Amino acid sequence: MTEYHEDSIRNPSRRSGGRSRTVRRPRRPPAFIAIPAAIGLALFALPVLGLLGRAPWRRLATLLGSDLAQEALRLSAISSVGAAIISLLLGVPVAWMLCRYDFPGRSLVRGLVLLPMVLPPVVGGAALLFALGRRGLVGSPLYEATGLVLPFSTGGVILAGVFVAMPLMVLTVEGGLRSLDHRFERAAETLGAGRWTVLRRVTIPMIAPSIVAGIALTWSRALGEFGATLTFAGNLQGRTQTLPLAVFVALESDRDTALALSLVMVIVSLAVLVALRDRWWRSR
Amino acid sequence: MAILLIAPCARAGAPDPDHVELLVATAASLTDAFRDIEKAFEDAHPGIDVVLNLGGSSLLREQILARAPVDAFAPADVAIMEEVRAAGLVSGTARVFARNTMAIAVPAGNPGGVTGLDDLARPELLVGLCAETVPCGRFTRQVLLMAGVAAQPDTEEPNVRALLTKIEQGELDTGIVYATDVRVANGVAAIPIPEEYNVTTDYPIAIMSATSHPEAAAAFVTYVLSDEGRTVLDRHGFHLP
Repeated sequence: MTEYHEDSIRNPSRRSGGRSRTVRRPRRPPAFIAIPAAIGLALFALPVLGLLGRAPWRRLATLLGSDLAQEALRLSAISSVGAAIISLLLGVPVAWMLCRYDFPGRSLVRGLVLLPMVLPPVVGGAALLFALGRRGLVGSPLYEATGLVLPFSTGGVILAGVFVAMPLMVLTVEGGLRSLDHRFERAAETLGAGRWTVLRRVTIPMIAPSIVAGIALTWSRALGEFGATLTFAGNLQGRTQTLPLAVFVALESDRDTALALSLVMVIVSLAVLVALRDRWWRSR
Repeated sequence: MAILLIAPCARAGAPDPDHVELLVATAASLTDAFRDIEKAFEDAHPGIDVVLNLGGSSLLREQILARAPVDAFAPADVAIMEEVRAAGLVSGTARVFARNTMAIAVPAGNPGGVTGLDDLARPELLVGLCAETVPCGRFTRQVLLMAGVAAQPDTEEPNVRALLTKIEQGELDTGIVYATDVRVANGVAAIPIPEEYNVTTDYPIAIMSATSHPEAAAAFVTYVLSDEGRTVLDRHGFHLP
């Protein structure tokens, strides 16, 4: 079987230029790689092991059956899927604009798009409040006109998720578009395919791995979102209290429930990311 | 190899006898008063640098129970101190240094037309409460229980300052905070809670047994309890024991 280079997160769909180049992997890494790598991996693995060691395995079902847990699970499922869908619908066109069109201030726009990834989520949440809160720049006229209040609502939770997670979609899809071989699209055009047909039959299928990776990354980022959610949407069981918020509150009162919920998040996110890597980033 | 890399760092981190850093875990509601006390104390003790770890008292308790290297602890609730003491982490005794009461806070102009505790049950208002896990939330629920009001919160904030900020910004129409909080926030007005429904809360302070600077910690605690400390607390609206 042919193996390709492990691709970076930016270019999940790039392959070795069509040539079937085999990467031979040496058996044993040298010490100057192995030791820091082992320390690095320990840094990732130890907290997970710590969580697994403390998890209340026997009472897991009971703990996850509580109202707090059930409502948080339901709300997290809804809001993370919602955030991933909106990120898909808006993020792919943004990536398209950034990759395919030249317009003034493009680097600024690209920086702006990536900003939520490096900004502390609490700052993001406060910024959302200043923009879309009831007294915010856009939120205030919106409230006057329609009576719609985004903070303290499930919609606000989804919005906070989109804000922090959509950059991952843009980044992933832009990488996919960038590494796409334009000749396939040209060929389709010369064969008489219209713009829409090229898009539907050539471009989208070719960047599909990036889109799927983008959906998975966006979804897991939205699932884990905490700071922006708490700041913008608040914390109310059944309405805005997602899994991370429930864990935060329960850590101070009901540690076993907090651990059980943490376990769910670790297992689900890990499963998605492992599946994603194996399927889309190694050997499609 | 790893040991070689770490060794010089360990030496650089060795304690400097002329300079002590004192970590004081402080309830969010004490933020402004303790910032003033910190300044005055550091002026009086040039060798000691006080670092305030501000947050919800129950979060601070969890950090201390997880053996965070805290030198002194000032939570908003005697019950929280008692849990830390029961875990054997208090050195000496805890002493109450300030008292507080609760108040209804509204944004400037009182857009929701709030006049009393009953308004917290109005579903059309955006109401915020402290989460039940923090002292402010516990006291709030005592007040609501005594007044027989079934509040309809739209959010339960993890500490009182987070709640206050959202009221200050006008994102919430009302909420229950400490009486001292209303004084520090610009653009927040207080609606008093009738005395028969209100609670008086106690702030204890103690040296933590984990401290590596017992003398500096004792000096700080003494300062908080001293006339200088009391003057600052009084200026910030706290009642004094």
